[in-house]
Amino acid sequence: MDQLYGYMLYLIALLTMGGIYSILTLGLNVQWGFGGLFNAGIAGFFGIGAYSSALLTTAPSLRHLGGFEMPYLVGFAAAMAISGVIAYGIGKVCLRLRSDYLAIATIGIAEIFRLILKNETWATNGPRGVTQIPKPFETLPEPWNHLAFLGLVLGIVLVLYLMLEVVRQSPWGRVMTAIRENETAVKAAGKNVEKFRMESFVIGCMIMALAGALMAHYLKFVDPNATEPLLATFLVWVMLIVGGSANNKGAILGAFLIWTVWSATEILTGFLPTELAIRTAYVRIFLIGLALQIFLQRFPQGFLPEVRPAIGRGEPVVTKDTKA
Amino acid sequence: MAEFLNFYFIPGLVLGSIYALGAIGISMTFGILRFANFAHGEIMTLGVYFAWSLVQLTGLHPLVVLPMAMVLTILVALLVDRGFYKPLRNAPVIMLVIASFGLMLMIRSAVQFFWGVQLKTVLPGIQFPWWLFDTIRILPKHVLIMGCAIVLMFGVHYLLAYTKIGKAMRAMSDSPELARLTGIDTEKVVMATWIVGAGLACAAGVFLAIDTQVETMMGFKLLLPMFAAAILGGIGRPYGAVAGGLIIGLAEELSAYPWITDAPLINPGYKAGVAFVIMVGMLIWRPTGLFKGRVF
Repeated sequence: MDQLYGYMLYLIALLTMGGIYSILTLGLNVQWGFGGLFNAGIAGFFGIGAYSSALLTTAPSLRHLGGFEMPYLVGFAAAMAISGVIAYGIGKVCLRLRSDYLAIATIGIAEIFRLILKNETWATNGPRGVTQIPKPFETLPEPWNHLAFLGLVLGIVLVLYLMLEVVRQSPWGRVMTAIRENETAVKAAGKNVEKFRMESFVIGCMIMALAGALMAHYLKFVDPNATEPLLATFLVWVMLIVGGSANNKGAILGAFLIWTVWSATEILTGFLPTELAIRTAYVRIFLIGLALQIFLQRFPQGFLPEVRPAIGRGEPVVTKDTKA
Repeated sequence: MAEFLNFYFIPGLVLGSIYALGAIGISMTFGILRFANFAHGEIMTLGVYFAWSLVQLTGLHPLVVLPMAMVLTILVALLVDRGFYKPLRNAPVIMLVIASFGLMLMIRSAVQFFWGVQLKTVLPGIQFPWWLFDTIRILPKHVLIMGCAIVLMFGVHYLLAYTKIGKAMRAMSDSPELARLTGIDTEKVVMATWIVGAGLACAAGVFLAIDTQVETMMGFKLLLPMFAAAILGGIGRPYGAVAGGLIIGLAEELSAYPWITDAPLINPGYKAGVAFVIMVGMLIWRPTGLFKGRVF
C-alpha cells in the first residue's frame, strides 16, 4: 500500500512538472511555431519569472531583496510583466534582423541574468538562492496539497491551450503563418511584420515567465541553477520539435513525453553505482540531443504536424518552413 | 601607468587574440554557411581536451602537440558536418541553428563523459615574468600566446588572399549565387571553412587553457564574446573578426580598470556582460559591423 502511495505521488510530481514544461513549450510555440522566432534564452525568461514571483511573495528575509508577502496572483502578474518588458527591449533591437541574431541576443540575456544572480547577492542571495517560497494549497493535508497544485497547473495549461487555439485560428494567427510563409507578400498586403513578430515574441516570453513562477512556487526554492540552459532551454526545444511545431497539442504532448523519458531515465540511472550514475547523466543529455537531430532530419514536423485552420479540415498541410 | 599596462592592457591583448582566433571561425561559418554556429565553443572545448590528452600521453609542451590536436578537432568538425549539418543544407537555415544548438550540448556532454568535469591544467607550474625597462612585466606564456596567434592570423591572411580555395571562400561569403555560377565547388569551400574554423578554434582554446585552465564550460563561456567580436567586425569579414576580437578582449579587461575612482569602473563579475553590451550597441547602431559585413 505504501508503495502504491509512493507511485501515486511520483505520478503527481511527474504530471506537475510535465504541466509546467507544457506551459514553457506553449510559450515557445507562440514564438517559434507561430512566429518562426528563435529564442535560445528560454532559461533567462523562465528565471526572470521564477525570481520575480519568488521575491514578491515570500516572507521578509534579510538574505535577499523583498519578502513582500504579496498574493500569488500579484507574483504571477509581475513575473509576466517584467519578462514582457525585457522581451520588448530585446525584440526592438533584434527583430528587424534575421532570427540568428535573436538567438544570439536571447542567449546573451540569459547569461547576463545569471551574472546578475551571482553578483547581486544582496538581492538574490547569490548561489544559495531564495528559500521558503510559499506554495499554493500547502496547508491542505497530504496528498491533497499536491493534487490541488497539480490541478492548478493543469488548469493553467488548459486555459492557455484554449486561448492559444483561438489565437491560432484568429486573423492574428493567420497573419503569423503568412509571415513565416512569405514575408514579402504580407508586407505588400500592408501588414506591419515587425509589430506582429514583436507581439508573438513578447507573449511567448510572458508565458515562459509564468512557467518560471509556477516552478518557483512548486519547488518552494529557486537558485541560479534554475536558469541552467540545459534543463530550461534545451529540453523545451526538444519537446516542441518532437511534439510538433506550430501545433499546440503537439507542444503539450512533446512536453509530457520528453519529461517522462527524462525523469524515468533519471530514476533508472539512479540504480547504478554513484560514479557510473554521474557519467550516465551525460549519456542522457547526449541521447536527447541525438533524438533532436533525428527529428530535425527525418521528421521535422514532429509527432503532430501543423494543421491549418483555413484550408486544413483536419488534413495536415505541409508548410514550406518545416519541410526538410 | 605600469599597473595599467601589466594588469589590464597586456591581459586584454592576450584575451583579445584568443577571441579573435575563435571569432574568425564564427564569422566565416556565418558568412559562408549562412548560420550562427552555436557549437563553435564546444568544438573549442573538445580541441582543448584533445590537447590535454596528448600532453598527458607525450609529456610535451601543449604548443608542440597543438598541430596534432588541431587535426583531431578538424576531423571531428568534418564528421559533425557530414552527419548533422549536410543533411539540412537544403532546409531553411534556421534548422541549422537548431541543429548546432543541439550539437553544442551533445559535444559538451561527450567531453564531460570521457574526461570528467574536474579542472585540469595543460601547463603546470608557476611562471616568472620577464621585466622590460624595469616597469613592464610580461609573462612568457603571454608572449608565446600572442606570438602564435599572430602567426596563425598571418596564415589565415595568406590563405584568403593568395590561395585559390581562400579566394573561393571569400567569393562564397560575398555572393553564393555568383560563386556557384563561376563554377566554385560549394562542398569544397564548406569543407575548407570547417577546417579553418575548427583548427583556429582548437588553437584559441589551447591558448586560453595555457593562460588559465581546462574546464568543460570554457568554450561556452567564450561563445558570447566570440559572437560579439564577429558581429562587431562584420559577419563574413575575417579581418573584422580579428579587430573585433581584440576590441572585445581589451574592452572586457579595461572595464575593470579604476578609471574614475579607486574602485573598478565595472564590477569584474560583469566582464562577460561588456561583450554583450557592445554587441547590442552594434546591432542597434550598425549591424553590418566595422568592416561592412553582411546582415541577414
